[in-house]
Amino acid sequence: MKEYVMGNSAIALGALAAGVKLVSGYPGTPSSEIIETVSKYPHDGVHLEWSVNEKAAIEVAASAAYSGARALVTMKQVGLNVASDPLMSLAYVGVSGGMVIVSADDPGPISSQTEQDTRRFAEFARIPVFDPATPQEAYEMIQDAFVCSETYHTPVLFRPTTRVCHAYASIDIKENWRVKEYEGFIKDSKKWVIFPRLSFINHAKIEKRNPEIGEAYSEYRFNTTEGAGTKAVFASGDSYCYAKEFLQDQKGVKLIRIATPYPFPERFVLDALEGVTDVICIEELSPYIEEKLLQLAGKYKLKIEIKGKLTGNCPASGENSTMIVSDILSQFLGLEKRKTTDYSDAPVLPVRPPVLCAGCPHRASFYAVKKAMKGQKSYFCGDIGCYTLGNAMPLDMCDTCLCMGAGITMAQGFHWVDEEGKTFAFVGDSTFFASGMTGVVNAVYNDADMVLCVLDNSTTAMTGHQPHPGTGRNMMGQFVDKVSIKKVLEGIGVKKILTVDPLKLSDAVAAVKECAEEKGVTAIIFKSPCIAVTKPERPLVIRETCIQCKTCIREIGCPGIILQDGKVTIDQTLCTGCGLCAQICPINAIGGETV
Amino acid sequence: MKKDILICGVGGQGTVLASKLLASAFMEQGEEVRSAETIGMAQRGGSVISHVRIGKSFSPLIPFGKADLILAFEPAEAVRNLNYLKPDGLVIVNCVPVKPATDSLQNSGYEAKPMIDYLKKTCDCIVVDGEKVITQFGSAKFLNLAILGTAAKYDCLGLKKEDLLCAIEQIVHARYVNVNKQVFEEAEKGAFL
Repeated sequence: MKEYVMGNSAIALGALAAGVKLVSGYPGTPSSEIIETVSKYPHDGVHLEWSVNEKAAIEVAASAAYSGARALVTMKQVGLNVASDPLMSLAYVGVSGGMVIVSADDPGPISSQTEQDTRRFAEFARIPVFDPATPQEAYEMIQDAFVCSETYHTPVLFRPTTRVCHAYASIDIKENWRVKEYEGFIKDSKKWVIFPRLSFINHAKIEKRNPEIGEAYSEYRFNTTEGAGTKAVFASGDSYCYAKEFLQDQKGVKLIRIATPYPFPERFVLDALEGVTDVICIEELSPYIEEKLLQLAGKYKLKIEIKGKLTGNCPASGENSTMIVSDILSQFLGLEKRKTTDYSDAPVLPVRPPVLCAGCPHRASFYAVKKAMKGQKSYFCGDIGCYTLGNAMPLDMCDTCLCMGAGITMAQGFHWVDEEGKTFAFVGDSTFFASGMTGVVNAVYNDADMVLCVLDNSTTAMTGHQPHPGTGRNMMGQFVDKVSIKKVLEGIGVKKILTVDPLKLSDAVAAVKECAEEKGVTAIIFKSPCIAVTKPERPLVIRETCIQCKTCIREIGCPGIILQDGKVTIDQTLCTGCGLCAQICPINAIGGETV
Repeated sequence: MKKDILICGVGGQGTVLASKLLASAFMEQGEEVRSAETIGMAQRGGSVISHVRIGKSFSPLIPFGKADLILAFEPAEAVRNLNYLKPDGLVIVNCVPVKPATDSLQNSGYEAKPMIDYLKKTCDCIVVDGEKVITQFGSAKFLNLAILGTAAKYDCLGLKKEDLLCAIEQIVHARYVNVNKQVFEEAEKGAFL
């Protein structure tokens, strides 16, 4: 059966074809569509879940793997950092059923905090990693990854990047999949309970095993050598595609592709390097292959010149593209640089920074805090999600943002060095469950002073509106009791918790003032659904009485309020009728159409 | 066949649907198709691009100077992506601008006319009047079919009209199939030029 799908869907379908029993993960671009795909295709007998965070996802899957069942875990690369505690230990304990962890890297970065390289993580964790270059490869390779995991009794990493995850291609998929049979958990505490003695023994086994995997995968059909010559290009992932696009018209150069970066397929590489004197490495995120080649050259005293990121021949950061790779390879091969048309005389292009959607309740929440705290020294610690966009002008309500859940704990740190200022932490509902709750415990236990603002919009918005523990729906199609953020906070011991509708501006401002005046840990739950998961109200209009003072634009900068022929107007295709601007207008010139 | 089509616009304009319609139509003809999309920040008013590659290709992204056709849903985005156009390539562009969300706050001074003028000066260019689409069909959401229909009129897709009508039936939500076909047919007759 042929399906035109994105790489993430190919991964999901490949896992289903491999008979996966359990699929878990946490949303993270560019990986989120994998779990969404499993839910859209038949998956009888498969347990599917959005876990509360990546650590939970790995642990839930590990038990399945201990029981001989196949398990798939999905996350983005920074999510791997959250999953690293269980994964590092799991590498030492091992698995019975195949366990594959998809960690989607994000060269650029396009939407992540770092350009970290999952290939390096695999080496750090001492486990194999697969690096697909296209959606079709991803479909096949994910199945190979399960086999590898079971053959060597180790969790296995799988790292696609954005241009594989979100690329569409027509792939051939096997139909009629079903869950692969598994023998169940066989108790053996000497095997499944980690102790230093076991780690010592298993570490030695792992170090003996890894070169054997490198040797076995020297035969792997996706580790390929194309062409011939004394000059060679090494590439992995989508960089292989960019290199191949350019090299299809070239002769006298070898293109060597590494699909299993760790354990490095040493024999394959040595064979490929026969007769080669000059090498360039085309890769993203880190000079992983380049460093491995330098190691190999040192070990075997090879006379090869190796170029790449470390030599300045390739960019140290950022995403590759066909053009960047063409220019690098043209220079490497001594070819004339491509001719480009000069468009430098084009008119200045508008910049389109991401902003909160028209009608987003976060705009109202940030504005309420800003208004309430005007003139007072305050710290606004932001977090990861749509609400990170609270930093955009004119709101400018985000002083720091580091990683998931950090806003809550950073707010505490600011308090300890400045007891005069008032600290606020902003956290979304999904982030709160993922990694915010322990931060609140920290605040109460260490007797900090802060106002926690939970922005509860009933969804995990930024990654594509996935459900979470507070929404009452899970991926098995079950309606479950919502986990109450208020009750969690009460249970932790937060003494004052106010719930308010951020779109009722004066109520929201009053709530902020009330909490700001208190000492200790207080919380405001700003509760209003994301515009993408709720029906919009009728758009508002600017009345004839408008005096063009532009207070609405200057104060909140909603994309729904535009200037048309110099006059303030509301874009009827964007406005969701949230009413925030109407409450800000000093002369009540914004309202419903019929007024 | 070998063809590279770049679709560009602003998040929400329907570039991804246009890309899927083209892919579906070409696959029905037995062509190999692949595409790459920028998604994610698209919801929040950012620039979006879809690279649609028909025939044998390796890179997911169209190389600079190789796109046979640019379907631009927005004038500034057309200019922004001119680097992708091949020397004798064609640009079909909607002339109605989408001002940046921050424009009202800090006027970028962006106007559509200089963009359209520049396009006409630098390349082969067909302008689609988005205002006519909005007037006749009530929504800017039909822009994508208006542009595809116009492309069909000039026979620059390598597809027959019937192929795209078929794709609309397969991909578009049942409730909107008829109106989308109407927009397409009108555009194919040149109604939005």
